[in-house]
Amino acid sequence: MTTSNRSPTPPIVLLATDVWKSYDDGAIAVLRGVNFTGFQGETVALCGPSGCGKSTLLHLLGGLDSPDIGRIAVNSRELKPFGNPLHLLRHEVGFVFQLHNLIPDLTLEENCLIPTVAAGLDRKAARDRLRELTDRTGLSHRLGSKIQKLSGGERQRTALCRALMNKPRILLADEPTGSLDESTSAMVFDLLLEIVANEGVTLVMATHDRTLAARCGRLIEMRDGSIHEPF
Amino acid sequence: MIFLKLIVTNLLRHRIRSLISIAGIAFSVAAMLTIVTVLQGAVEMFSGILSSDSQIIVFERNVSDLFFSSVPSEAVQTISSWPIVQHADPVLFGIVSSSDHPIITCFGITDADARLRKASWIGGTREDFGKDPNGVVLGQRAAEFMSATVGKTVEIGHAAFHVVGVIKTANGFEDGGVFMPLSSAQAFFHKEGSSSVITIKLRSKEDIPELKASVRRSYPSLVALEDEEFTRSYSQFKILKATAWAVGGCGLLLGGLGVANTMIMSVFTRIREIAILRVNGFSPGQIATMIFGESALVSVFGAVVGLLIGTAFLFALKLIPALHGYVDTSVQPSVVVIVILLALMTGVTGALYPAVYATRIRAVEALRFE
Ligand SMILES: Nc1ncnc2c1ncn2[C@@H]1O[C@H](COP(=O)(O)OP(=O)(O)OP(=O)(O)O)[C@@H](O)[C@H]1O
Ligand SMILES: [Mg+2]
Repeated sequence: MTTSNRSPTPPIVLLATDVWKSYDDGAIAVLRGVNFTGFQGETVALCGPSGCGKSTLLHLLGGLDSPDIGRIAVNSRELKPFGNPLHLLRHEVGFVFQLHNLIPDLTLEENCLIPTVAAGLDRKAARDRLRELTDRTGLSHRLGSKIQKLSGGERQRTALCRALMNKPRILLADEPTGSLDESTSAMVFDLLLEIVANEGVTLVMATHDRTLAARCGRLIEMRDGSIHEPF
Repeated sequence: MIFLKLIVTNLLRHRIRSLISIAGIAFSVAAMLTIVTVLQGAVEMFSGILSSDSQIIVFERNVSDLFFSSVPSEAVQTISSWPIVQHADPVLFGIVSSSDHPIITCFGITDADARLRKASWIGGTREDFGKDPNGVVLGQRAAEFMSATVGKTVEIGHAAFHVVGVIKTANGFEDGGVFMPLSSAQAFFHKEGSSSVITIKLRSKEDIPELKASVRRSYPSLVALEDEEFTRSYSQFKILKATAWAVGGCGLLLGGLGVANTMIMSVFTRIREIAILRVNGFSPGQIATMIFGESALVSVFGAVVGLLIGTAFLFALKLIPALHGYVDTSVQPSVVVIVILLALMTGVTGALYPAVYATRIRAVEALRFE
């Protein structure tokens, strides 16, 4: 996609077109014609009642699953149904979940290096990137600590670093502070917004927290299997 | 580095489980090493008997066991007279038992035999052999377990012999054997006029094909083989070796099942972790490498421990007096290599299903497990 210098709208990085997804052979119809456009650098809060399909949509956008009907395009490239999302996961999108999903018994540093090992990144570059991210998230003094030794907030910040290690342009966050207490949640979210803004990353975040959602650039509601955007 | 760390971390998380599978491989490797080495040693010893100062062995065609081979004395005389032959020695094998020893190998030989010439004599002299049909020479071990010395009478089978000499040889069978004059042995075993084999030394090695051809022509019922040819083709040796590898292989199979079990547990209890790795960009190949790496590490570690245990066990066997001279503790490098490769192969095979399973884990589903 080419953009003219004076284009008022930034490029589209995420595009879901009439996406349908059901489980148990159609018995549970979750997404029923979802259309969504994500622009570069914006922060989007994805709200909606529990079970409405927020996580499902994030998984589809990140290539972890494929829609029954409809198309998903990331960075202008359409995802093949049940194709191999390796490049996507290694270089284009980062995931943060409600549970930190870090590997116990490994250190903070080792956990963060996993995506760089997967992608075959040069070790020096990987370490530089790790330093950069841990400096920003205030974790540089805990590099050698095992995951079990970290607090909830530190774990979630570690997960954030890990998701951004390979410099993806898109961050998909599924209730990233959902398991933290209010003040820690606010602190982690501040950091998240700061880094995302700093790196120009597009954020799509599923959340139940209206206060957090309100701080995002855009808020979309998911209801009855499709997206409603209050303007 | 992280790769190795992931593997080692997982092994350390379940120390007991890892130790059990390492032990499984170790014990089967130890068993395999011991059995193969002992049997190979035995085979070498036995072929050593035949090849002492000779290049060729002649025996009856198509016998399954040299104890059943019968070579007429007339053939010995004829072959001895061939100009290319330096010496041809008839040997009659027999098995006898004494009161406290179920199996003693008996060698019926002539006084010119290389075994007597080359041995170091502890008691008596070579000249004493053959004069008295009842006079036998004992290997040192045989003398020990029969508590016999030169001049004493020993009971062998249902007859009494007197000891005219004691010799020390490096070969376990010979050292635990009894050497009788050929004619006495023929009478004792009711094999008058024949021997089991003829061992032949030629004046020149180049004449080996000629000798083989001559034997084929003159004695169609006999066969002449070079020593290594014999060792390779003798069916008893083949059976022994095959048995050794089969028994060892079964052990390794059990060890492999242990590894398979461990790896299945390792994957099943780690589904979420594997899903996380996938989400972070690990390819199915990288996941498989991790699983195979884990089992390979267990196997190689097990193999090394097993080799140590096996070697220690062989040395322990060597110390048992009754096995003295029969156990060869020199482990052949080729055996070590084969054993390690087999262990590695077993480990990899055991990890096949778990690895395939692991690569098929779907991150979306796995991440929904809490
Ligand atoms: N693998 C699956 N098999 C069957 N049903 C599933 C599967 N995955 C999700 N679902 C169902 O799909 C619906 C949407 O799930 P999803 O996790 O996307 O909701 P959500 O909006 O993220 O909810 P929450 O806010 O509670 O996280 C739920 O009813 C869920 O039970
Ligand atoms: Mg959800």
